[in-house]
Amino acid sequence: MSKEEFCNMISISEPGPGDGGNTGSWRVLRPVLDATKCIPAKTGKPSCFNCWLYCPDGVVTKTIPPTIDYTYCKGCGICAEECPSGAITMVDEASFTKEEK
Amino acid sequence: MDNAKKTTILNLTDDELVNPGNRACSGCGLGIVYRTALKALGKDTVLAVPPSCLTVLQGLYPVAATKLPCVNVTFASTAAAATGVRAAMRATGRDHLNVVAFAGDGGTGDIGIQALSGACERGEDIIYICYDNEAYMNTGVQRSGTTPKGVMTTTTPIKGKLQHKKDVPSIIAAHGIDYVATASAAYPLDLYDKVKKAAAMKGGTRYIHVHTPCPPGWGFDTRYTIKVGKMSVATGLFDLYEIVNGEFSLTGESAKRVGKERTPIAEYFKTQRRFKGLTQEIIDEMQAIIDDKWAAYTA
Amino acid sequence: MHVIESGNVAAATGVKLARTQVIAAYPITPQTPLTEKLSEFVEGGELPAEYIPVESEHSAMAVCIASSTAGARSFTATSANGLLYMNEQLHWAAGSRLPIVMCVANRGVGAPWTVWNDHQDTVSQRDLGWIQLYCADHQQIHDTVIKAFKLAETVSIPVMVCYDGYLLSHTYMPFDQPEQEQVDAFLPPFAPEHFLNPEAPRNFNTVTLPDVRPDIHGNTAPGYMEIRKTLHSDLRGAIGEIEKIDGEFGEIFGRGGEPFVEPYRCDDADYVAFCMGSLSYQVRDVVDAMREEGTKVGVMGLKVYRPFPDVAVRDALAKCKGVIVLEKALSYGNQGALFADVKSALFSAETRPFVHNYIVGLGGREIKTEHLYDALTESINNEAAIGDEPQWVGLKM
Repeated sequence: MSKEEFCNMISISEPGPGDGGNTGSWRVLRPVLDATKCIPAKTGKPSCFNCWLYCPDGVVTKTIPPTIDYTYCKGCGICAEECPSGAITMVDEASFTKEEK
Repeated sequence: MDNAKKTTILNLTDDELVNPGNRACSGCGLGIVYRTALKALGKDTVLAVPPSCLTVLQGLYPVAATKLPCVNVTFASTAAAATGVRAAMRATGRDHLNVVAFAGDGGTGDIGIQALSGACERGEDIIYICYDNEAYMNTGVQRSGTTPKGVMTTTTPIKGKLQHKKDVPSIIAAHGIDYVATASAAYPLDLYDKVKKAAAMKGGTRYIHVHTPCPPGWGFDTRYTIKVGKMSVATGLFDLYEIVNGEFSLTGESAKRVGKERTPIAEYFKTQRRFKGLTQEIIDEMQAIIDDKWAAYTA
Repeated sequence: MHVIESGNVAAATGVKLARTQVIAAYPITPQTPLTEKLSEFVEGGELPAEYIPVESEHSAMAVCIASSTAGARSFTATSANGLLYMNEQLHWAAGSRLPIVMCVANRGVGAPWTVWNDHQDTVSQRDLGWIQLYCADHQQIHDTVIKAFKLAETVSIPVMVCYDGYLLSHTYMPFDQPEQEQVDAFLPPFAPEHFLNPEAPRNFNTVTLPDVRPDIHGNTAPGYMEIRKTLHSDLRGAIGEIEKIDGEFGEIFGRGGEPFVEPYRCDDADYVAFCMGSLSYQVRDVVDAMREEGTKVGVMGLKVYRPFPDVAVRDALAKCKGVIVLEKALSYGNQGALFADVKSALFSAETRPFVHNYIVGLGGREIKTEHLYDALTESINNEAAIGDEPQWVGLKM
């Protein structure tokens, strides 16, 4: 039996992003990072990275500064809450949508 | 736990074994637990998952958020399925792989307890991770055995749950398995180290019970998942511990709290709408239970 | 090698010769000696399999589902309430297209409690999507277990091998046990294309939506309904595979040729008794007696219940004047289950025999040959008076 035949016989899924679609569309608030307050950005050294550690969706990169994948970020705000230097603020998503238009 | 071996944020790998854009709720505690646990387990891992929030997080056919091989199984059978995976790995010469059951509190302590007890009694070479969000969250917040007393759920909507939280880790520890630990989504590095330790203790059954805050089910704003989880530990309500070959020890934040003040439990209850029906009587009862428990730790 | 052994041991040695890799079983009368023999084989080193003494039948099938998904040849066995306890897992195994083989030592179901033989346990599970094969003697049990693994792995559908509790499971008969080399020539190792494998990670048996959906490559992937239809189509297609495998078995072992039905004196029969399991051999005595008296009777044993070989059944029975279905189960609230299937198969025949329905032996009620004789005689002589309602043989009150 061919691979295609088997894959039509049962529900067998292949790994890939976006099973829930572009979950960034769920956002009501968007996290915005201010590099002037972000500890790794200010020091230029790997440090803190709380936002990366605590993100439930793994959309924050462990980079200097951290970046956020807005295609999938759900806007939960954990990164903002756990940032020790207040570098991340949650901003109304509606304001961005207008700008993007 | 040996301080020298603690993982830090800086040396924690940035390899992700979970794809983004999955269907977990915004702010989901399980998202943190799953992401972290899979980092500790690594690529050479096979998972068994029952119906639960994780099933949904992992994704609907034909897209998988998980980058590991996984078999979805019926609700009651997770530990038996993990047993079957391990048996096949031995039979086909792939015994080096981690075999991990990953289930919710219902699939572990209620409908799943028979299979889990059987697997523990047989000492099956599996790791069983229970993420405990304290209700049947996937089906809409119905009460489970691990729902705490007094909590409002959709099946305890007026009086709140009448019974205390089932102490599943103790039940499992009574089977005398090699490793039992508790962890929290709020302390992912502690969770990581415990999963890593469990993975290294190959040959017998290893069980980790992870407290997993749930914003929609517990009734708090999504940004407070970590804060809520930390407070549960700070009150001494949920304790981080390990039982290694029968020897008990508190770990991490819980170990640090011995002989120190704990946050009053009433503060914790205020943070979540599911506790809004709690009477002062229950609050006092809970505080007394916690105080007695901690007195016993230092006795 | 010629041996004299019980039906349960005939099954167990079949499992051993098939080089089964994972066995998970929970004891239940009258299956227990089968699982005991398998644990003896494993502990004694004769069978290098993993034997898991699970804590319930639901877990037994759970272990098999997982181990089969992980790429190991897997087996379990049960009876009656054990079969029913694993019911949701049976649906799961069929829907996940796993080549699990399970022996069922047929026993009646509670309530009320019974440990004795009838077919309600497996017959009540006919809609699952499993292949169901029924054995009439120990040689058939032994051979069918070996064939079952090949069939299951060819069509990716689990197979249930059924044989009468006590009447076959616990009685002793001579049968031929082939050499391991012969079985190896017939049954290659289990090598599935997809299995739990970190090198090619897949998530098995995920939630499906009502509608179809694109996969990560942009191709349309089937929905639940398409997947279920494929199970049904493949199960119907298994009819051809059963015949083919029976032929292959015959070439190596010298036994076979009657994959679907086992007829006795049916060539010129006006009336045919139709049944499953060891009962068909008992009815042969009645056939011989009635033939002596001049009535042209035959008996036909059905070996494949699901997929139902409707064409073979219709071809075998359509030319008769009457068919008397004897069965040890029924579809409560309607009629005998086998009876309904036979009638359905005959519905499209140009000329149809009458079909009568006799319920026998429930809960192990002794089936006396003279009662079967009376039943057949009554059926043949009072055709018009007996309608579709099940007739009961052997009631005492």
